[in-house]
Amino acid sequence: MSGPSSMRTPLARVRNLGASHSGTGDFWRQRLTAVSMVLLIVPVITVVIMLIGRNQAGAAQILGSLPIAVILLLFIIASTWHMKIGMQVVIEDYVHNEKLKLASVMANNFFCFAVALTSIYAILKLSSGV
Amino acid sequence: MGRPRSHNNIKPPMTARIERPLSPHLQTYRWTLTMALSIVHRATGIALYFGTLLLAWWLIAAASGPTAYANVQAFTGSVIGKLIVFGYTWALMHHLVSGIRHFVWDLGYGFKANEREALTWGALVAGVSLTVLIWIIAYAVGGGR
Repeated sequence: MSGPSSMRTPLARVRNLGASHSGTGDFWRQRLTAVSMVLLIVPVITVVIMLIGRNQAGAAQILGSLPIAVILLLFIIASTWHMKIGMQVVIEDYVHNEKLKLASVMANNFFCFAVALTSIYAILKLSSGV
Repeated sequence: MGRPRSHNNIKPPMTARIERPLSPHLQTYRWTLTMALSIVHRATGIALYFGTLLLAWWLIAAASGPTAYANVQAFTGSVIGKLIVFGYTWALMHHLVSGIRHFVWDLGYGFKANEREALTWGALVAGVSLTVLIWIIAYAVGGGR
């Protein structure tokens, strides 16, 4: 890291992958996951409406079918990834204390990963019928 | 470390913070619809972030068994549960159409004043309309089960 006493110009410092060292990767992935959810939203809402008023046995049967499991898995991956990036932007905008910011970004990663893995586990369990 | 690039021997002040003019803070500006909806986009995103807990709970319950699933249904069937799910539906629909509006801007279109306003009103109206439409379909399809 170059501090304020560095001889490098600000331009030199942000060249290539910039201050974040990851370039526009998050910007791109935020849009990639957004587009995938635009495509998935109608099937996902259809699945949810199919489940209204059904008991656990009926719901488990529908959720465990291959096309529905795949649709939900894709949506879970896209949405948890999207919300991880989005919340990080919010944290970076409002949390100015460096240590608190790092802790918040870390907690955000843990939360999104836990939600993703829990939901994926549930779908796989329903699909395998265990 | 880069090489010094200056064309003369004068070194720029490296330690002292240069006092540059700042742009006026957000509060100085007249409140506009696009500003309000910018905040709403972020707020709905944050609401959806925590709303995924409900989605994860529902999936885990379906995978766990009848008792766990009945607990979720008791919650989503209650007045507070219905309000939360309705709010979640609106947040999702609004964030979706508002996000599509951002795509239009990402592609370089819709920056004129009237276009900005039209896109923003469109997102607001479409978000509410889609929410109501989904709930009508949900009651029509699932209400009798």
